Amino acid sequence: MAKTNKTRSAQLENQRLPVLKTYKMFIGGTFPRTESGRYYAPKVKGQSLGNFCLASRKDLRNSVVAARSAQPGWAARSGYNRSQILYRMAEMLEGRHGQMVDELRLQGATNRQAISEVNLSIERAVYYAGWCDKFQQVFSSVNPVASQHFNFSLLEPTGVVFHVASENQPLLGLVSLVLPIIASGNTVVCLASENKPMSAISLTEAIATSDVPAGVVNVLTGHLDELSAHFSSHLDINSIALNRFNSKQGNRTVRSIREQAVENLKRVKEYDQNWTPTNRQNPYLIADFCEVKTTWHPIEKISAAGSPY
Amino acid sequence: MNQPTDNHWPLTEALESRESIRLAKSYGLFVNGQFIRSSGSKKYWTINPANEKRLSRITESTPKDVDRAVRAARNCYEKHWSRMKPSERGKYIYRIARLIQEQSRELAILETLDGGKPIRESRDIDIPLAAAHFFYYAGWADKLKYAFPNRNPRPLGVAAQVIPWNFPLLMAAWKIAPALACGNTVVLKPAETTSLTALKLAEIIQQADLPAGAVNIITGHGPVGQSLIQHPDVDKIAFTGSTHVGKSIQTALATSGKRSTLELGGKAANIIFADAPIDQAVEGVVNGIYFNQGHVCCAGSRLFVEESVYDQVIEKIKDRIDTLRVGEPLDKNTDIGAINSKKQLAIIDQYIELGTAEGAHLYQPDCPLPDSGFWCLPTMFTDVSQSNRISREEIFGPVLAVQTFRTVAEVIKKANNTRYGLSAGVWTNKGSKIFNMTSQLKAGVIWANTYNQFDPASPFGGYKESGFGREGGLHGLAAYLALK
Amino acid sequence: MKPRIRPSYSPPIDQVGVVQRANRFTNRSIKGDAKMQGLKMVLSMIDLTTLEGMDTPGKVRQLCTKALHLHDQVANLPHVAAVCVYPNFVALAKQKLAGTEVKVASVATAFPSGHSSLELKLAEVQYALESGADEIDMVISRGRFHSGDFNYVFDEISAVKEACGSTRLKVILETGELGTFDKVRHASDLAMEAGADFIKTSTGKIKPAATMPVTLVMLQAIRDYHRRTGRQVGMKPAGGISKSKLALHYLVMVQETLGTAWLDNHWFRFGASSLANDVLMQIVKQQTGQYQSADHFSVD
Repeated sequence: MAKTNKTRSAQLENQRLPVLKTYKMFIGGTFPRTESGRYYAPKVKGQSLGNFCLASRKDLRNSVVAARSAQPGWAARSGYNRSQILYRMAEMLEGRHGQMVDELRLQGATNRQAISEVNLSIERAVYYAGWCDKFQQVFSSVNPVASQHFNFSLLEPTGVVFHVASENQPLLGLVSLVLPIIASGNTVVCLASENKPMSAISLTEAIATSDVPAGVVNVLTGHLDELSAHFSSHLDINSIALNRFNSKQGNRTVRSIREQAVENLKRVKEYDQNWTPTNRQNPYLIADFCEVKTTWHPIEKISAAGSPY
Repeated sequence: MNQPTDNHWPLTEALESRESIRLAKSYGLFVNGQFIRSSGSKKYWTINPANEKRLSRITESTPKDVDRAVRAARNCYEKHWSRMKPSERGKYIYRIARLIQEQSRELAILETLDGGKPIRESRDIDIPLAAAHFFYYAGWADKLKYAFPNRNPRPLGVAAQVIPWNFPLLMAAWKIAPALACGNTVVLKPAETTSLTALKLAEIIQQADLPAGAVNIITGHGPVGQSLIQHPDVDKIAFTGSTHVGKSIQTALATSGKRSTLELGGKAANIIFADAPIDQAVEGVVNGIYFNQGHVCCAGSRLFVEESVYDQVIEKIKDRIDTLRVGEPLDKNTDIGAINSKKQLAIIDQYIELGTAEGAHLYQPDCPLPDSGFWCLPTMFTDVSQSNRISREEIFGPVLAVQTFRTVAEVIKKANNTRYGLSAGVWTNKGSKIFNMTSQLKAGVIWANTYNQFDPASPFGGYKESGFGREGGLHGLAAYLALK
Repeated sequence: MKPRIRPSYSPPIDQVGVVQRANRFTNRSIKGDAKMQGLKMVLSMIDLTTLEGMDTPGKVRQLCTKALHLHDQVANLPHVAAVCVYPNFVALAKQKLAGTEVKVASVATAFPSGHSSLELKLAEVQYALESGADEIDMVISRGRFHSGDFNYVFDEISAVKEACGSTRLKVILETGELGTFDKVRHASDLAMEAGADFIKTSTGKIKPAATMPVTLVMLQAIRDYHRRTGRQVGMKPAGGISKSKLALHYLVMVQETLGTAWLDNHWFRFGASSLANDVLMQIVKQQTGQYQSADHFSVD
């Protein structure tokens, strides 16, 4: 276990040997280490953040299995119930406010930036909690067809979504997509910010105590380039949420993800990295991870005047 | 009893007259408001699949032609169409709808001649729905911001659209109408075997006096579509066709990441419960698979029957199949027309052989078929299971694969056990069962106690490998707008 | 009374689906020889009907003459299947039609409402039979049917059929009073199981009378019953069919639902009064190519 800045200073001040944290991943509601036994130690300004799991394709597979098995049950819950669970996430995050701020600072943010990112993240959880039982009313429709049928369209979750989290905003970027993805009943496997994975892990600890059913949110840590071929070609993933990159390498990765996503026609959604503006929270992000289902049924034609037939 | 003693009452052939048809010997390309010659010299014959006779010569576009069409569309987009008052755009589209209605007879006959579908269907379904589609989307042109609250809907630019041969004019309408209404311009490529009604639509667009280049129609085979879709200056790709081609298009788009909508194949489950209105269900099954010779992506090709009513359902389907009249598509009494092409017939025939080889039990009516042309009898396979290829792969022909089931849970599992997810049907008289089924089935369109209904106001499109994006209704607008 | 097997289950009917299917038949194009053959078939299937409070011997006599002389200007025309009258005119009609193949059908069982005692109904049937009726057109007790007293309705039909003996019994469901296709189907199944030789839509006194969708529901019930029991039951739509084109579409519906075995006036009838002249006009038009005027055809 690598020592962090904080633990080092604590050691000096209190002469007490701090307990160092083992950063694990979050799969199916549990916190396993990577089955591969590999780890990596991302650095910020030359200082190591600690040892993080280097997820393998098997970890990916296990997390997709967990997400798939959790999906129907999560989608079957009422919007009201999902709403309360997302709100519970906000409550749990609020309780860890200080920790989240500290960790963002460790990962390179200024105090102000860190506080703002944590605040926004909590606000976002409250925001999407409110949408769970409302977005359907905004996006569904009763369609006035010309024949003798009742016809309506509504949104259904796409299924299992793989989310490559924002590199720059390790907490806000993650929650800004995880929340709209799961609001409708999808389950998600996230790959945490590669260089700043610490907040994602702490977030899972909040999620684990938020009544979010096991498998609804899963978080891996590791290298995007190692995993991208595996998740983009995985046939049991329905959709991929990406943050756009500004690098050539990043663009190459995105292109290959798009190519490999074709085999089972994953819906690939790409977003800008900066999740700070308030208009980056909106119900259209929920709709991005939904399918429109249209249902027809005949309407019997008999009125007070009798049947015209 | 008294006369007549001969009960047999054969309906005589009632051919639709071809007199009203104005068919040119040869067609150019519709670019920038004009019919033009190709930069190349290649032409090919489009034939009547019902007798293999030549109808007209169609131009094989060159990459240069494609470029010319895209440039015309771009130019019109920049200078006219995107700048026009939306209500004026709407009025142009209304004109198209009206002109299609006026010329519906001619369009119906051409559709039938060129594609092989029965005149009853082209006359009563394809053409009226095409007109309705333009009419519906015309009205959206100046109301887009009400469809997407808190967004600022903007057109995307030039839409490249490639459509299939099963509903030639209707698919053109599905593609062009929303694109235009949202302020985009269009380059459309119809399928190589069925270009005539698209070219007639080009004439209509001329008559409607749309700004030159708002709609461009280029003809030819697959490579023409490919070069259109890969043209660097198109902003949006819309494709309807096979899952195979759809995937190759999507792969080609990986570099640019351009927006696309894909409406691809299907292997829909049609489910009959014992408590269903059985006769209407049987009618729905027959309409679900034999409509348009089964050349329908949402065809109900997998039938699941609850075992307790299996025997009577099968008997009734056989009875109904026996009344279907297969033959000359121009005969108003024809129920099943010609298979669209020799190539498609070969594919269907292969699957019919395969079904028999897989051990399924074949039923076909005893019905005479014409000597020339491409024909396939309505076919039903019983004793099929999910493991048979005929119940997993899209056949795109009049071939029904029947399986049985016992419980709700079982049939949900089997119905969703497919890579596709375009449509599904469920037949039961019990309301709560319907709502359970329609929410459990993973498909974009669910018909409950009905099948193969279409309407411009109703969104259409698939889950999973049946594609993405929706066409029709308010939801169909999103595919042609940037929502910032 | 022979015990009969009651149907345990009548399938539900989806109205929209039935109407859609019925509309399909109207898309059939009937031309040339098929049209001529069809028109003649229609003529031969007509039950020429007069069921008015103001019926008189004079009216019935005229109707019988029409039945025999539809339009003598055209050779080889079939005559209608039957005349249909109230019981008190059966003897007269029988006398007028003696020696011909035209049958006399009598309505009975407190036509058209069916509100009377079973005893009186049976007596009325007896009276019609004794007057020489070849066929009895009874009405079901719709009041009892709506009350859910299906056993009563069933037993009543059985009793009337027993009274009829070998005389063919048409059972009028009065579909315009049943309200839904589900009930039409149920009543059809009930009537056939109880012994009906024919099921018939309407009295002609209630609107809607016969329509293609309601007839289709009954034809499908007949087909299913035939398949289940092997017994062939006839069908008679009555009221509201006055145009030959519509009548031809009915025949298409019969052919495609039941098959050619029913295309014959032993198994299919039209209860109509003005249909015959429209068919005649069409026949003459087919023969001469000239559009016709109603005044060129006798009205009785």
